[in-house]
This record gives sequence, structure tokens and C-alpha cells, in this order.
Amino acid sequence: MSMRGPIATHRSATGIPTGRLAIWWLLASEVFIFGGLIACFVLFKLNGTPGFEDASLTSVTAGAINTFVLLTSSLSVVLAHAAIEKGDREKSFKYIWYTIGFGLVFLIIKTYEYTGKIIHGHTITDNLFWSFYYTMTGLHALHVIGGMVIMALISFDIRKGYNFQRVELIGIYWHFVDLVWIFLFPLFYIANF
Amino acid sequence: MSETHEHPNYVKIWYWLLVLLAISVAGPMLEVPAITLITAFGIAIIKSFLVAANYMHLKFEKKIIWLLLILALCLLGVFFFGTAPDIMMTEGDQWIDCIADKSCIEQRL
Repeated sequence: MSMRGPIATHRSATGIPTGRLAIWWLLASEVFIFGGLIACFVLFKLNGTPGFEDASLTSVTAGAINTFVLLTSSLSVVLAHAAIEKGDREKSFKYIWYTIGFGLVFLIIKTYEYTGKIIHGHTITDNLFWSFYYTMTGLHALHVIGGMVIMALISFDIRKGYNFQRVELIGIYWHFVDLVWIFLFPLFYIANF
Repeated sequence: MSETHEHPNYVKIWYWLLVLLAISVAGPMLEVPAITLITAFGIAIIKSFLVAANYMHLKFEKKIIWLLLILALCLLGVFFFGTAPDIMMTEGDQWIDCIADKSCIEQRL
């Protein structure tokens, strides 16, 4: 594995490469951002706040397809990591771009969903359910976009032959984005009672 | 990853994730809220465990990472149970249900 690049990506004061430790640190802080929102959503739902019955208006099919897309993107990014560990740069590059493609499909489906909801008058100010829906899925979509941009940048480094370790780092981040969706899916699409 | 360890069978895990997704989608069709809760959130927990352990390689990580994540989850629990009484407890002399009587909306206006 190439060890060229910033020292933070291969220095290991704790027994864990600093770059990987930083990603886990970032994800621990993300637990508060998404976890806090999920906790608030659950509290209001349990309290019987008006508007939460609108969960029945979301499309389970669209949500399920998006879950499938993100789970598959998680597979492709972990395969990119496995490929680069074997030194197969081209295969890793290819899998990274598959992942970016899956991210794009996810965003297209999300945009389609948003458009349908907004046309029917369900905007972020409609009621508390829609406020949570747009805030949480919107924040999640921003994370998807951020991950796609970083992956694109990393992919070209991989092709040039340096910073291979970053494939694992962006992979861990991407899996977290997938994890968040795994919880948003039942919250907004399935548990509508 | 600089450490050497066996890679899990990623495709097999992906198959399992898809099976679990199918169950979580099929669960609500029985129209029993208790089963929906289990198939929705119970399976979400299993799916997240599969992703974290195998795809994120958490099962190969050092204890410090586990501690970091457990600490984050514990603090999230403090937040949840710290704010829950304020939202859930709607009984008492000082309680005003401003959403029902719309007074908080008027205040905001």
C-alpha cells in the first residue's frame, strides 16, 4: 500500500492510523446530530403530536428502493477498499465510481419524492412530521452529496497511485451514511401507526 | 487498512441485508403494530450491526473506537432521557398544553 501523502493518514500514535481515528471521531459527533434528531422525532411521535399520521403519505416503494440502492453502494465501496488492498487500482477506481453512481440514483429518487410531496402541499412548514422529514432526509442527502464529491476526488488520486488509505476512510464514512438511512427508512416510511 | 485480517464475505452480507430489507418491508402488511415495530426497528438494528461490524470493520477495530462510540451512544441516551420528561409528562398544575390550545402559536405570531 502506498504510504505517500499527509503524515496524518499513516501516523499511528494510538495504534490506529490517525486518519482512521479522525473518521471515527467525526462519526461519533455525527451520532449526536442524527441521533438527536431521531430522539426528538421519537419523543414527539410517542407523545401523539398531531401531524405524525402523515407518515402514511410517504412512499414505501421509493424508500425501499433507496434502501436497496444505498445497501448496494455500501457493497461497492467496500469492494473498492478490498481491491485497493490488493493493489488493483483500476478495479478500485471502478467500484468507487459505481458507488458515486448509486449515490446519484439515490438523490434522483429523493428528488422525485420531494417534488411529489411539495406539489401536494406537504412542505417543511406543513406540520411537525414534514419538518422532521425534510430536515433529516435533507441533512442525510447533503451527507450523500459530500461523500460523492470526496469519493470523486479520491478516485483520481488512486489512479495516479497515491493516498490509497483514503479509500478505507471514505468507505467508513459512506457506510455511516448508509447506517443513518437504515434508521430513517422505518422511521419515515414503515412505522406509520 | 494497515493491519492484516481476513475480509468477511461482503457479497454474502449484502444478500443478508437484502433479505432483512424484504422482511422489514413485508412486516407492516400483517397490520399488527407490535410486529411492525419489531420488523422495522428490530431489523434496522440488526442491519446496522451487520454493516458496522463487517463493512466498517468494527469487529476488527481496537477497543478505543468501541469506547468512543459507546460513549457517544450513552451521551445520546442522557439527552433522550433528560428531555423525555419535559415532552412526555403532560400532567401537573404548571403544565400548559400550548399546542392544543394554540397559545404557543399565538405567542410566536
